[in-house]
Amino acid sequence: MTNSQSRAIATAQTSGFSLYDPRVRGLAYQVLVICLIVGGAWYLISNALANLARQSIATGFDFLSRAASFDIAQHLISYSSASSYLRAYEVGLLNTLLVAAVGIVLATVLGTAVGILRLSGNWLVSRLAAIYVEVTRNLPLLLQLFFWYDVITVTLPGPREALSPLPGVFLSNRGFMLPVPADGPALLAVAVAFLVAVALSVGVDIWARRRQYATGQQFPVAWAATVLIAGIPILAWLAIGAPTAMDMPSLVGFGFQGGITMSPEFVTILLGLVFYTAAFIAEVVRAGILAVSWGQSEAALALGLRRGQILRLIVVPQAFRVIVPQLTSEFLNLTKNSSLAVAVGYPDLVSIANTTINQTGQAIEGISIIMAVYLTISLLVSAFMNWFNKRVALKER
Amino acid sequence: MPSEFQAPANVTLRPPVASLGPLGWLRANLFNSWPNTILTLLAVWLIVRVVPPVFNWAILDAVTGQQSAAACRAPGAGACWSFLSEKWRFILFGLYPPDQHWRPALVVLLIVTMLIVSCDRRLWGWALAAIWLTGLAVVFLLMAGGIFGLPYVDDTRWGGLPLTLIISVVGMVLGFPIAVALALGRRSELPVVRALCIGFIELVRGVPLISVLFMASVMIPLFLPRDVTIDKLLRAEVGYALFFSAYLAEAIRGGLQAIPRGQYEAADSLGLTYWQKTSKIILPQALKLVIAPMVNNFIGQFKDTSLVIIIGIFDLMMTAKTALSDPAWLGFYKEAYLFIAVIYFGFCFFMSRYSLWLERHLHRGQRR
Repeated sequence: MTNSQSRAIATAQTSGFSLYDPRVRGLAYQVLVICLIVGGAWYLISNALANLARQSIATGFDFLSRAASFDIAQHLISYSSASSYLRAYEVGLLNTLLVAAVGIVLATVLGTAVGILRLSGNWLVSRLAAIYVEVTRNLPLLLQLFFWYDVITVTLPGPREALSPLPGVFLSNRGFMLPVPADGPALLAVAVAFLVAVALSVGVDIWARRRQYATGQQFPVAWAATVLIAGIPILAWLAIGAPTAMDMPSLVGFGFQGGITMSPEFVTILLGLVFYTAAFIAEVVRAGILAVSWGQSEAALALGLRRGQILRLIVVPQAFRVIVPQLTSEFLNLTKNSSLAVAVGYPDLVSIANTTINQTGQAIEGISIIMAVYLTISLLVSAFMNWFNKRVALKER
Repeated sequence: MPSEFQAPANVTLRPPVASLGPLGWLRANLFNSWPNTILTLLAVWLIVRVVPPVFNWAILDAVTGQQSAAACRAPGAGACWSFLSEKWRFILFGLYPPDQHWRPALVVLLIVTMLIVSCDRRLWGWALAAIWLTGLAVVFLLMAGGIFGLPYVDDTRWGGLPLTLIISVVGMVLGFPIAVALALGRRSELPVVRALCIGFIELVRGVPLISVLFMASVMIPLFLPRDVTIDKLLRAEVGYALFFSAYLAEAIRGGLQAIPRGQYEAADSLGLTYWQKTSKIILPQALKLVIAPMVNNFIGQFKDTSLVIIIGIFDLMMTAKTALSDPAWLGFYKEAYLFIAVIYFGFCFFMSRYSLWLERHLHRGQRR
C-alpha cells in the first residue's frame, strides 16, 4: 500500500459518514437520550400543570410572602403565626442547622473517644466500646429516636419531681433545663474574648512555624495557645467585674422559668443523632489509626521522638488523611438524618415544609425548597472538607 | 565444649505466679498501668450500675404470661412481657387478616431463606437472579392471594415484618440494575450520558431520603395523567429504589475504577463490543471487588426502610408504634422497641458479619 493510498483511507475514515463510526453512534445515542428526557419532562410537566389547574392549586413561590398562620415551638429568630411562610422556612432552617452543628461537635467528640477506647489494650474497655458500636450501628436511627423520645416523655418525671443531677440542671418530661450566666453582655464579652484568643493562637502558630523554618528554633505553641485561650476570656470576665450571677431555672407553678430550656423534641433528636453518628465516627477513627502502619511509629521511636511527639507528628497526620474524607460523609449523613426530626415533631426545615405543603397544597415548591437547601448544605460542606482534605492529603513530589 | 554459663538442664524455673493464669491475664490486660486501672474500675462501675438492674427488670421482676396491663403497672413490676404475648402477632403482621397469618409468616421464611441462599458464592450469577425473580413472584402471590383459593388481601392491609422485608429486598432487586447502569453511565465517554448520571447521583446523594419519599408520595400523583393512579406502596418503593441506586452506584464505581486499564485495552484488542467487554470482562471483576461495600449498603438500606412510616406505610416500626398507642397498653415502649430492635439487629448483624467474612474470604488471593 502506497503512502497516498493509506492517507486516502485515513481521510475516508475521518470525514465519511458511516453507521459503524463510533463517533456517529455516540452522537446518535446522545441525541436519543436528550430527546427521551425532554419528551418525558414535557409530558410530566404538562400533566402536572393540568392536574394543578384542575385542583386549583397555585403555582410559583408567591405563597412565601403570605402569613403562615401556624405556630412554631422553637424559634431562634422572632416568629409569630402572623409571620410569612418565608420566615417560617428560615426558622426551620436555623433549627436544622442548630441541631446539626451541635450534633456534629458532640458526635465527633464522643465518636473519637469511643474509637480510641475500642483500640485500647484494656480488654474490658475495648469490649464495652465494641458493644456500643455494634448495637447502635445495627439499629435504625428512627427506632433510637422513638426510644429516646419515650424515655424523656414517658419515663422521666414531671416538672415537680424533676431529676436534678447537678444544681440548676433539671431533667423532666418537659425537657432539659440548664442555667445560663445571667449577665448577657458579660457573656457576649467573654465569647468575643474567646474568639480573639483563638485567632491569636492561630497567629502564634503561623509565626512559630515561619520562625522554625527560618531559624530552626522551636516555640511551645501548645502552651502559649492554652494560656491565651484560657487567659484572655478570664481577663475579660474579670475586667467586666467578675459577675457570677447565674440565671437558674426554677419551678414556678407547673413549669420552669429562667435558664434555658431544651425541648424534649430537641433533646431527642440530639441524643439520637449523637449516639448513632458517634458509632460510625468511632469506626472511621479506628480504621484511620489502624491504617498507619506500625513501622511508622517504630521508625519515629528509632529517631528518638517521644510518645507524644510520635502521636502528634507521625500517627495523627497520617491517620487524618484516611479519616477526613469519611468524616465528611458522616457529617453530611448527620445533617441529612436531622430531617428525621419530623418523626418526633422537632420543627426543622422538613417538618415546616411538611406543614406548609399540607396548608397550601404546593407540594412541588415545598419539596423543591427542602431539596435545594439540603443540596446547598451538602455542596458547601463537601467543598469545605475537600479544601481541608487537600491541605492534609499526601503531597507527592 | 559446654560453656560454664549454661544453666543446668534439669532445673526449669516457673514464671512468677502473677504473670500466669487468670491473675496474669488480669495484670496484663486490665491493670498494666495507672490510666488503665482507672479505666477498668470505671468500666466495672458502669457494668455494676447497669447489668443487675436490667437483669432484674427483664427477668426477675418481669410479668409474663397472659396477664392484664394492671399487673404490669403494679409497683415494682419489671418488664411487661405480657404486652408482647398480647401484641406480637399484630407487631409482626400488622392488619393482615389473623386467620391468614400463615401467609406472611411463610413470606418471611421464604425471604430469609433466599437471603441465606444468596450467601452461597456458587450461586452468584444468573442463577441468583432467577431465584430472586421467582421467589418474589411467589411472595406477591402469597401476600396478595386472589388465586389458588387464597382470599385476596389488599396491600393496604399488608404490614409488619413481611412488609419491611418486601420493601427492602424489592428495593435491592430494582435498585441493583439501576445502580449498575448509573455507575457505567458515570464512566461513559458520551458527555450527555455522563452528565446526566453525575447529576442524578449527586442530586440524590445530597438530599435526605425523607424528601425523596415525600416526593414519591406527594409529587408522583401530580405528574401522572388524570386517570392513572399508582398505589402508594409502589410509589414509595420506586422512590426508595432510586434513592439507594445512587448510593450503590457510587460503591460500584469504586470497583470499576479499580480495574486496571490493561483489562479494557485487552478486551478492545480482542475486538469485543462495548457490551461484551462490560458484561464479560469488567463487571464480573468490578462487582467482586465491591461486594463488601455493597453489603454495607444493603445494611443501611434495610435500616432505612423504617422511614416509610413517615408517609404512612405500615411497616414493622409502624406496627410497633400502633401497638403502643392501644389505650389499654400505654407506656410499654421499652418492651415493644426491644422486640423490634432484636429483629432489626438480627438482620443487620448477620449481614455485617457476612460482609466481614466475605472480605477476608474473597481477598485471600491478594493477601500477603
